[in-house]
Amino acid sequence: MVIVQQILFLVVLGVAGFFIRKRLLRISSNIRLGKEQKVSGPTSERVKNVLLVAFGQRKMFKRLVPAFFHFLIYAGFLIINLEVLEFVIDGVFGTHRIFAPYLGAFYNLLMNLFEALAIAVLVACVVFLIRRNVIKIERFESAEMTQWPRLDANLILTIEIVLMVAILTMNATDQLLQTGNDHYVSTGSLFFSSYLMPAFQGFNTETLVFIERFAWWFHIVGILGFTLYVTYSKHLHIFLAFVNTYVAKLEPKGHINNMPVVTNEVKSMLGLTTEAPQAQATPGRFGAKDVNDLTQHNLIAAYACTECGRCTSECPANLTGKKLSPRKIMMDTRDRMEEVGNSIARGGPGLQDGKTLLGDYITREEINACTSCNACVEACPVLINPLEIILELRRYVSMEESGAPAQWNSMFQNIETSFAPWKFSSSDRFNWAKDEK
Amino acid sequence: MDVPTMAELTAKGESPEVLFWVGCAGSFDDRAKRVTKAFVKILNAVGVKFAVLGTEETCTGDPARRAGNEFLFQMQAMSNIQVLNGYQVKKIVTACPHCFNTIKNEYPELGGTYEVIHHSTFLQQLINDGKIKLSEGGSFKGRKITYHDSCYLGRANNIYEAPRSVLEALDADLVEMKKCRTTGLCCGAGGAQMFKEPEKGKKDINVARTEDALSTGATTIAVACPFCMTMMTDGVKNKEKESSVAVKDLAELIAEAQGL
Repeated sequence: MVIVQQILFLVVLGVAGFFIRKRLLRISSNIRLGKEQKVSGPTSERVKNVLLVAFGQRKMFKRLVPAFFHFLIYAGFLIINLEVLEFVIDGVFGTHRIFAPYLGAFYNLLMNLFEALAIAVLVACVVFLIRRNVIKIERFESAEMTQWPRLDANLILTIEIVLMVAILTMNATDQLLQTGNDHYVSTGSLFFSSYLMPAFQGFNTETLVFIERFAWWFHIVGILGFTLYVTYSKHLHIFLAFVNTYVAKLEPKGHINNMPVVTNEVKSMLGLTTEAPQAQATPGRFGAKDVNDLTQHNLIAAYACTECGRCTSECPANLTGKKLSPRKIMMDTRDRMEEVGNSIARGGPGLQDGKTLLGDYITREEINACTSCNACVEACPVLINPLEIILELRRYVSMEESGAPAQWNSMFQNIETSFAPWKFSSSDRFNWAKDEK
Repeated sequence: MDVPTMAELTAKGESPEVLFWVGCAGSFDDRAKRVTKAFVKILNAVGVKFAVLGTEETCTGDPARRAGNEFLFQMQAMSNIQVLNGYQVKKIVTACPHCFNTIKNEYPELGGTYEVIHHSTFLQQLINDGKIKLSEGGSFKGRKITYHDSCYLGRANNIYEAPRSVLEALDADLVEMKKCRTTGLCCGAGGAQMFKEPEKGKKDINVARTEDALSTGATTIAVACPFCMTMMTDGVKNKEKESSVAVKDLAELIAEAQGL
């Protein structure tokens, strides 16, 4: 019987590993659709961001209530998953709670800690379900929160609750089996799950073994399945947020990335350089029309977004009823990237499918409404920068399509002819000093 | 008004301590011109040796870049940098957070590296150095002032305290809006919005922000940006409060306190 379970476990592990690996490779190749970009600035600053912002959750704590409950889930995720190590060893070698005899009292302490965290995660998930579905917090109700994003969020919370219940059930039945059964090593009393024990009292040993095994299997298969699910979900932030805080730009938020291609051309136009502008092998687009025009950092950011909507809830355009939502910019970028990646994997047209990020996903009306105020960038707990994408899209519209709003085109003309965004004669620029007072 | 230009000083073989970058709004917009003049009065009163570029100054290119026209931005940037480097300018002060941000953060990549200071920081330094002396219990005593954060000073460049310490020096009653500092709501003008009508929505951003400001009960809305000035002034008019609520730049408030 044990050997059957061992083989089954290896098969499950192998299948899960296969699909998770496949999915990770896809995500990585999707990110590589974007333009390569080197990280700039001191590494120490980047590491500091990873430690303080991602690991330390610093920006989360701008909003205390969600930060507190999120921290419970986060800490639970980090710590309870240590137990997965034991699960895997037990599963492969057909052992049961392999660490228990070696760790003794410490094992009991650890299990009690895991149980406490499991309860904390459970409570936090219930609170989050209530916030989303009963209180209906405004930022979870925006236009882009259509069926799938809502279901995704509820699924994640529900799965986490179920996984925690499985742990507690397993521990409760295990404790009952520990009396008079050598296979079940004593764990010592486990505080939280012992409250569940009365529910299973009076069951015969076979039933208890079945429930314990079922809960064990449910938990480990659940975790593996959930890991695979995460790679398709907004919940991918649990990994990519760390990457994103590392690659996130370090310059002041007001800085907009330079376009060296333009610099070369402008220099030669102004006669500032003796070199002829270098002819590029593949003349790239100015700005971004589709995901391949964005940088890999932009695409990592899109995968790091967990759709919390803090950005949108601070966006002045969104707050006053405009269509722009910074969260939607990130979601659209990710969705388009997935669409292109899936098409390529199927041998389809990929980027040449007749669709583009700008137009089919993000409209001009949305990007035109941005005030570049950086409220979204400031609000993001994991240093995502929707503004960078918006500005790249604007660059495409303005330079490749000459399609900026008419009033902006007039503004451009004014700058070209009178060196000010308004139509004043440049020779009048200093008239203010001649005024009487 | 005594406003020396770089050309004049250079002709005399002199150079200023600091170049005052006036900006397009400060040069052409009637309301912003009053801020420019107030700041010049302060500079003259304090005895700071400064100069302006006069007609040699042109748009930094900020609105062009933010509207997506990188060519136009870089054309502007390069020619401004040529002029600034030609005069060997080292230090620049400006009353416009957009000019400030562009020259400080975006010109270095194009060959223009200067020490750039926004006038709020400059005024704060003058007060700290005792060059501007403000007596306690002056005309501002008890006057309720709220400060509207400019995005290009605040979030863009982390300047939150300088403008506030200038206002505190006035001995006024500084009241904060609910959304302030890092969460301050934009006035609606940034990102080249100043130069076009807003997209369709429920409300104009400047009206929303003016409501924030009015709800503090302040009779003065202090700003540190010519675009915020326009937006907030329009907002106050929209709310028909122009007879009871004034929108003033930091420089104007200091000049007023100094009787300049």
